Amino acid sequence: MIPAPSREASVTGRPAGARAGGSLLHERAAAFAASLLIVLLTAPTAGQADDSAVARGKAAYTRCLACHAVEYDRVGPRHCGIRGRKAGGVEGYSYSDALAASGLTWTRETLDRFLAAPLKTVPGTLMTYDGVKDSRTRSDIVTYLLSLPPC
Amino acid sequence: MIFKPQHSLPADDTLALPRRSFLHGAGALTLSAAAVAVLAGVDHAAAGSTATASDVTILNTALGAELEAIAAYQVGAESGLLKKPVLDLAVQFQGHHKEHADLLADTVRKLGGTAAEAKTAYAFPTDQLKSQADVLRFAAGLEKGAVSAYLGAVPLFQNRDLAKAAASILGDEAMHWAVLRNALGENPVPSAFVS
Repeated sequence: MIPAPSREASVTGRPAGARAGGSLLHERAAAFAASLLIVLLTAPTAGQADDSAVARGKAAYTRCLACHAVEYDRVGPRHCGIRGRKAGGVEGYSYSDALAASGLTWTRETLDRFLAAPLKTVPGTLMTYDGVKDSRTRSDIVTYLLSLPPC
Repeated sequence: MIFKPQHSLPADDTLALPRRSFLHGAGALTLSAAAVAVLAGVDHAAAGSTATASDVTILNTALGAELEAIAAYQVGAESGLLKKPVLDLAVQFQGHHKEHADLLADTVRKLGGTAAEAKTAYAFPTDQLKSQADVLRFAAGLEKGAVSAYLGAVPLFQNRDLAKAAASILGDEAMHWAVLRNALGENPVPSAFVS
């Protein structure tokens, strides 16, 4: 059986699929390009995203202020220069034996793991804190900590 | 700046709480009753065997923070930047922290531990404290941190009476934070939950 031609085909004299396909392809390509451009123009750059995370992390860091400060030791050690420092490495601060012997070096991964559950990560640490359970908040705090300048 | 703490307030009338205040008297009575209740729980905890060495560590960490808070309020009280009635408030809150510290130290000792002692010197950002608002903001930050610290400690206690006592202190710290925010003209209770 021969299918009846569509109304479009009868008007243009071309098969409907060929005409619509070519035009649609261009339209879709143009729309995709426009969408991509919008995404590229409006999406935060890596630096901007990091800045936002640092700002959020700084705000969330207020929960640490009973025991920590950025620039000086308190009940807990200071946090300036923490990026890449060995756990237990702040000179003059008295750490638990457990943390000093943990072998950890502070990176995004180890800070995230430690802050999630300090006592489970390093049993015997003096940081008697249940942990920052929200992964995004924890990530923001870690980003902030890693952004701190050397002491 | 390094601050060497005094363990008692100087005999300076400007730092004394107004004894004539009926409200102050009522508050002290309420606090005493609360302290008795908390102590009763802690005595029970000490008498039992569920408290562990980790509980003692938690108590000692909290004690260290309380001792530092006492020193911080002393800095604020002696800064000359606080005017009445804010000064009275700071001294009252310092008194609460002393009660917390005494309770925590007693409990550590009852559980067979050695109570943490105040450092010979503390570092505080005194160069950044230029006004009463600066002092209040600094104190509010410490109190907010204290709320978070106790919140993070409560679930760690093996002994539920100790967790209850810590929660009682948490409530007091939260009130300090709210009152200090209010004194700064900020929303005293900015959210339904603390973190």
